[in-house]
Amino acid sequence: MSTATLPPPLTKKEFQTDQEVRWCPGCGDYAILSAVQSVFPELGIKRENFVVVSGIGCSSRFPYYMNTFGFHTIHGRAPAVATGIKAIRPDLEVWLATGDGDALSIGGNHTIHMLRRNVGIKVLLFNNRIYGLTKGQYSPTSEFNKKTKSTPFGSLDRPFNPISLAIGAEATFVARSVDVFQSHLKDTLKHAAAHRGSAFVEILQNCNIFNDGAWFNLTERDARSEHVIQLEHGKPLVFGKNRDKGIRRRSDGDIEVVQLGNGISESDLVVHDAHHPRPSYAFLLSHMEHREGFPTPIGVLRAWDDLPRYEDVMNQQIKDVVAKRGVGDLNKLLRAGDTWEVK
Amino acid sequence: MSTITEVPPVKSKRQVIDSAVIRFAGDSGDGMQVTGSQFTNTVALYGNDIATFPDYPAEIRAPAGTIPGVSGFQLHFSASEVYTPGDAIDVLIAMNPAALKVNVADLKANGILIVNSDSFAETDLRKAQVTSNPLEDHSLDKFRLFPVELERLTRRALEHLGLDTKSMGRCKNFFALGMCYWLYNRSVEPTVRWIDDKFKNKPLLVEANKLALKAGYSYCEATEAFQISYEIPPAHLSPGLYRSLSGNQALALGFVTAARKAGLTLFQGSYPITPASDILHELSRYKDFGVMTFQAEDEIAAITSSIGAAYAGALALTTTSGPGMALKTEALGLAVAVELPLVICDIQRGGPSTGLPTKTEQADLLQALFGRNSEAPIPILAPATPADCFWVALEASRIAIKYMVPVIILSDGYLANGAEPWRIPDESEIPLIPVKFASDPINFQPYKRDPKTLARPWAVPGTPGLEHRIGGLEKQDGTGNINYEPLNHENMVRIRAAKVAAVVQDIPDAVPVGDPEGDLLIVAWGSTGGAITAALQSGCAKGRKIGHLHLRHLNPLPANLGEVLKRYKKVLVPELNMGQLIWVLRAKYLVDAIGLNKIQGRPFKQAELEQKIEEVCGPREKSR
Repeated sequence: MSTATLPPPLTKKEFQTDQEVRWCPGCGDYAILSAVQSVFPELGIKRENFVVVSGIGCSSRFPYYMNTFGFHTIHGRAPAVATGIKAIRPDLEVWLATGDGDALSIGGNHTIHMLRRNVGIKVLLFNNRIYGLTKGQYSPTSEFNKKTKSTPFGSLDRPFNPISLAIGAEATFVARSVDVFQSHLKDTLKHAAAHRGSAFVEILQNCNIFNDGAWFNLTERDARSEHVIQLEHGKPLVFGKNRDKGIRRRSDGDIEVVQLGNGISESDLVVHDAHHPRPSYAFLLSHMEHREGFPTPIGVLRAWDDLPRYEDVMNQQIKDVVAKRGVGDLNKLLRAGDTWEVK
Repeated sequence: MSTITEVPPVKSKRQVIDSAVIRFAGDSGDGMQVTGSQFTNTVALYGNDIATFPDYPAEIRAPAGTIPGVSGFQLHFSASEVYTPGDAIDVLIAMNPAALKVNVADLKANGILIVNSDSFAETDLRKAQVTSNPLEDHSLDKFRLFPVELERLTRRALEHLGLDTKSMGRCKNFFALGMCYWLYNRSVEPTVRWIDDKFKNKPLLVEANKLALKAGYSYCEATEAFQISYEIPPAHLSPGLYRSLSGNQALALGFVTAARKAGLTLFQGSYPITPASDILHELSRYKDFGVMTFQAEDEIAAITSSIGAAYAGALALTTTSGPGMALKTEALGLAVAVELPLVICDIQRGGPSTGLPTKTEQADLLQALFGRNSEAPIPILAPATPADCFWVALEASRIAIKYMVPVIILSDGYLANGAEPWRIPDESEIPLIPVKFASDPINFQPYKRDPKTLARPWAVPGTPGLEHRIGGLEKQDGTGNINYEPLNHENMVRIRAAKVAAVVQDIPDAVPVGDPEGDLLIVAWGSTGGAITAALQSGCAKGRKIGHLHLRHLNPLPANLGEVLKRYKKVLVPELNMGQLIWVLRAKYLVDAIGLNKIQGRPFKQAELEQKIEEVCGPREKSR
């Protein structure tokens, strides 16, 4: 095909709608919307083939602001609706916008089942650790003992770690980024877009009204490099303001934080392998943030794309049966089994 | 209607009769459903009209020999038209004391009672909580009792095969079936064919079951146990090719046909639930028809995946029963709001909550009508017989696509598992279901309506220039943009209601069977139709002016229904619930209807209806 027949590349503007964006001023969702609108035109996919599906919550207003096909469904059920779309139209590029309450509380069941089936859906989980649209109750990712409108004496639930949960469900692509790390976020979204199976991206997002500063220890300039480790496939796990700390394997299989120097060099560190078929290593990384002195990982934890997509095997099964039996003959089907003639 | 109880015993070897009701009863492990289905298949193939009533416990294997473990299968077969599985039974096969205890009350006086006498030991009686042995205490004297050593005789027939005792015991139902074939002069061949196919990879079981079947037949011939046998000639059904069909099978075939006629992929999202699961089992076999079945993680995902499939352009279906229907409630509201075609089958069962999973009831009508938040009307259809489910599946699909609405089908456990002969239509007799996907981007609006049906366009993702957003939030008509303005909301609520009301243009006027006006109109819906027809034909309509109106369309109701109700002095509404249709009729038409309500997990008996009709009509006027 000559380049002359190609339509002009799409622009960010073409993915914006005429609808007034109704998130609170200063909300992290604006940054995420901007990143997605920037990345979509770069994917080489026709605009009509994008479908953005969402559940309920602040994040789930997302489809209204994307000039694609969009379906704002009901609370928690977006993964199931999206699964139905993909089953019938595996060719469509289906993205799902969801939040910590939508995906992990009311829709937890659908989230894990979508991931274990490896439906080819890109999931953007906006994690602000709070219920925003219902005005400030704790969420399944809120820290223990959080004081909110519904928990004036502190919450009693231990939070979910979305990344661990997704890896536990054996999601084939699991990544994390941050609303304010624009270029990292765009790169992460591009990695997700390139993945054929389920791609789960947790986006740490600030709710400046009900949970302001939830991620400041990761996003503030001074704290950032000490508390965040940026994962890159094939590169050693190094972090720290002076890139002087790293993650090393211990003989018992666990990992530890080490200071570089004094005989310890980058060659002693774990080299990040996002493509490992088994999820155990990624799970180990996902737990670092719960441990004293360990950094919080961002980037692609796991990207193993050898598992067939659910919608493909669903359609393949039909093709296989048709190949074996031929296209079904309706008259034959209606007459199946024992029949008798009345004259 | 003559039955075998009127036949004088002995003398002639073979007696021609019009109809019989036979019930196989045993432990849920005794294979009673298979035995009953085989007998049904054989007499149906011969040309008898049939109606069946499988009645089995919710427990897969309750403790053997106990009352809760009793499983039954009743068949009414006849040389005339059959409307019900029959009130009282002519022949009862009881495999143990528990089965005898549960079922003997329904056996007619002088009826044939075949019992497996090998299972009437002291321990067997105790398990059934029976204190004296009914085979010895003369409590069964009014029946023609045939105690048969089913286990010992079966073992003797199979002993040379080298099977273990337990496996031989499992074949005793076929021995009993063989006896029944002799009793009604039917060939064992259809069942032999079935055994060959069913156990094709287990030659020893093929041999054992065939031997047991033939041994039962020969036993009757050799011992002249019954002294008499019966012949029920073929029924005079309208000409055509027939098969036996259950309600769930009929729904499955109906949807495959609807998808073919619409040129769409059939997508079924479902979660296993009794008594609806068989539709999923059935449809999952039809991949060669492009059918996509999705066993979802729960009832909610079952319907929401179907909504996604409908959005993407499939003929979408979700199947469930009452408790699952309750879980789907919120998603039904979404389907109403986004105006996508979807068919929901609720195979009703006894409730509330888990209730009576394997027993029938009609108590989900008000749930189907109103069981959603706010104003969310949905068209509702109800099949009247097992085979009617086929045609209702087609009609529901047609309405869903034409009006861009979810449509509910209310079947029930009795229709789902019951079977009847079905005249198989030719594919060419079934009209196409027109489907129009939007494709023109010029002036495209997601909620621009067809003036006649008020349907919005079906604009599937992937269509260039039609990018748009839909969702559960209130929207502006036409553009589909989010809109919370008071008058807009009222307008949208009224449009959605008007759209469902407009379906009435595709619904024929109500025409009662029987008298078009007069003393009594019986208004009913769903699976009660057969029993009502049988009651009216039995004579209680004689000398009275009675009409029977069986409603297939429960929302919207036929346009002339109010006028029809006024033509009769009295209106009787029999239902297997506390009075739901009657509640609607009273509210909508201000008619002082009389209810007949039964909530026992079982269908109406013909006699119950006859009694109520007599009571409501009062004594006959002499002038007639």
